[in-house]
Amino acid sequence: MRRLLFVLGPLYNEGHVKVCNANDEEVPQKVSVHAEAPNPTAASIGGAARRSWLKKLMRQRALQVMALLGIAWMIVFNFIPIYWNVIAFREFDIIQPLSAAPWVGLDHFKEFLTDDSLGYVIRNTLAMSLLKLIIGFPLPIAFALLLNEVRSIRYKKWIQTVSYLPHFLSWVILGGILATWLADVGIINKLLMGLGFIDEPISYLAEPKYFWSIIVASDLWKELGWSAIIYLAAISGVSPELYEAATIDGAGRFQKMWKVTLPCIRGTIAILFILAVSALLNSNFDQILVLKNSLNESKSTVIDVYVYQTGISDGRFSYSAAVGLLKSVIALGLLLGANYVTKKLNDTSLF
Amino acid sequence: MFSLKRRTAGDAAFDWVNNVLMLVICFITLYPIWYVLVNAFNDGTDAMRGGIYWWPRAFSLDSFKTVFQSSGIMTAMGITVAKTAVGTVAHVLFTAMVAFAFSRRELIGRKIYMFIGTITMIFPGALIPTYLLIRDLGMIDHFIVYIIPAMFSFFDLIIFLSFFREIPDGLVEAAEIDGAGDFTVFLRIVIPVSMPVIATIALFHGVYQWNDYFTGMIYINDTNMQPIQTYLYRVVAQASSNQMISAMPSGVASNVTSQSLKLATMVVTTAPIVVVYPFLQKYFVKGFMIGSIKG
Repeated sequence: MRRLLFVLGPLYNEGHVKVCNANDEEVPQKVSVHAEAPNPTAASIGGAARRSWLKKLMRQRALQVMALLGIAWMIVFNFIPIYWNVIAFREFDIIQPLSAAPWVGLDHFKEFLTDDSLGYVIRNTLAMSLLKLIIGFPLPIAFALLLNEVRSIRYKKWIQTVSYLPHFLSWVILGGILATWLADVGIINKLLMGLGFIDEPISYLAEPKYFWSIIVASDLWKELGWSAIIYLAAISGVSPELYEAATIDGAGRFQKMWKVTLPCIRGTIAILFILAVSALLNSNFDQILVLKNSLNESKSTVIDVYVYQTGISDGRFSYSAAVGLLKSVIALGLLLGANYVTKKLNDTSLF
Repeated sequence: MFSLKRRTAGDAAFDWVNNVLMLVICFITLYPIWYVLVNAFNDGTDAMRGGIYWWPRAFSLDSFKTVFQSSGIMTAMGITVAKTAVGTVAHVLFTAMVAFAFSRRELIGRKIYMFIGTITMIFPGALIPTYLLIRDLGMIDHFIVYIIPAMFSFFDLIIFLSFFREIPDGLVEAAEIDGAGDFTVFLRIVIPVSMPVIATIALFHGVYQWNDYFTGMIYINDTNMQPIQTYLYRVVAQASSNQMISAMPSGVASNVTSQSLKLATMVVTTAPIVVVYPFLQKYFVKGFMIGSIKG
C-alpha cells in the first residue's frame, strides 16, 4: 500500500497526461503520410491502410516484443491468480488437479460468515486500521507543516534524513527491537517502574490489551518521516507569491500555515485519504506477523493473518481463498465509495 | 514598527519551540537504534545485567566475530545479497523496458496495454491464488522465486512512464536517424538519461528485496535457501533462541549470549541499508517531486 503513495503524483496528473496525448495526435499522422508517399499504387484505401498498419507493426516489432513481455508477466502473475479465485467456489484439494474439485457454490462464504472467528477477526482488522487512520494520518501532515517552518536549511535536511531512517528498517528488525524493549526486564518496564507508574513488570507482548497500542505506536515511529515526504513535496510546490501576499495582509506564521499551506495541499491530502480509507481492510501483514504470538492472538488476528493461517498453515485453500475474495470485493467497494465522497466534497478524486 | 517587532519576538519563540520539538522527534527516532548498537558492542554476559543505555560498559566485538563465523548466518546473508543484487537489476531493467515501450506513442495497442496494467493495480494477486500459482510453476525452494514474481510492478512502471515522457523527442529521433533500433535506443539513450528515476526505483526495490522475509517464509522450506530476514524472523518472532545458539560455531567465546548474538545479527543486517540511503536521498525525494509538483 505504501508503494501506492508513490504513484499518486502521476495519477494526480491525469490532466497533464491527457494534454500530452492530445499533442501527440499529430505524430502518427505525420508517420502515415510519410509511409504512404512512396506507395501510391495501392489498390484500395482499405488495403493501403492495412498494409501501412502492418508496415508500422513490423517497424515497431522490437517495441511490441518489449511491451508484450510485460503483458505476459501480468497475465501469468496477475490474471492467472485472479482466475485461481474460482477455488473459493469449489472444494479444492492440493494433491488433485483443479478439474477434480467439485463445485460447492457459496458454502465456504457461508462457513466464514457463521464462524466464531468472524467477529473478532473483523473487529481487530477495523480497530487497528481506524486507529492508524485517526492517529497515523494527521500526524505526518502536522510534521511536514512544522518541518517546513524550520529556518535553517541544514538542520531541516538533517531532520529529514534522520526521520526517514526507521522506514528502511525491516519489520523483523523492529520486531526484535520491540521484543527487547517491551520484555519483563526491558527498558520500558525499568523506566515506568523507576518513575513509579507500575509496581511490577508487565509482559506487554503477552497481554492482548496492549497489542493495538503497540501496533499503532510502532507504525507511527517507523513511518512518520517517510509519510511526510509527499506532503513536503506538495508544500514546496506552493507559490511563494501566496505567502508574500499573506504577509502583506498581516498574516502570522500560524495563519499562513492554516490559510495558505493547508488549502494548497488539500488535493494531496484528499487523495491520500481516499487511499487510506480504501486500505481499511488491509493490515500491515509484515508488522502483525512479527509481533503476534499465541498469547495475544485474540487481539492480533486480522483478516490477512487469518487467510494466511487457514490457507497456508492449515491447508484449507478453498476456504481461505473465499475469505480473501470477500475481503477484496469489500475493499474495492470502499475504494469506490471513498473516491465518490471525496469527489463530492472536494472536487478531487483518483479516477 | 511596533507590530513588526512584536511579530519577530513571537516568531523567535515559535522557532525555538519548533526546533526543540524536532530535536525530541529525532531523539525518539534514533535512540532505539542506538540502544541496539551499544548493547551489541557490549560483552554479552555483562549486558545481561542490563543498564547499558548510552555507551558500552564492557566493549567487546565477540558477538560480531561469532556472527561472521556462523555458517548459518553467513549463508543467509549470502542469499540476501544475491537476491537483492539480482532482483533489483532484473526489476529495474524489466520494468523500465516495458515502461519505455508503453511510453512510445506509436506503439500499436498502447491503450489496451495500459488498461490491462490498470486492472492489475485494482486487483492485485491475492495470497492463496498466488501461492498456488508459484507452486504450479515449480518455483518452491528455487532461487528464482525471489526474482521473477517481483520482477515487474505497474506502480513503478507509471513512475518510469512519467519520467520518460519528459525526455525530449529529438534525443530519440536523432538516434533513430543514426540507425539505432528501439532496444539500442532504450539501452544507450533512455537508461543513461534516466538515472534519477532508476536510482529511486532501485532503492525502493532494493530495500524491499533486502527486508522481505515473507517470500522466504512461505515459498522456501530449505534453510540453506532462506534470506537473513527470514532467518531472523524465525529467531525473533518464534522466539527460538535455540536456533540462534545452534548457529554458534563450536568453541565460541563464552561471553556471547543468544541475545547479544541476535542484536549483532540485527546490526549487521541493517547496516548496509542505513549506510546507503542518505546518499540516494536526493534521488528519491526528487522521485516524489516528479509526481506531486506539476499537479
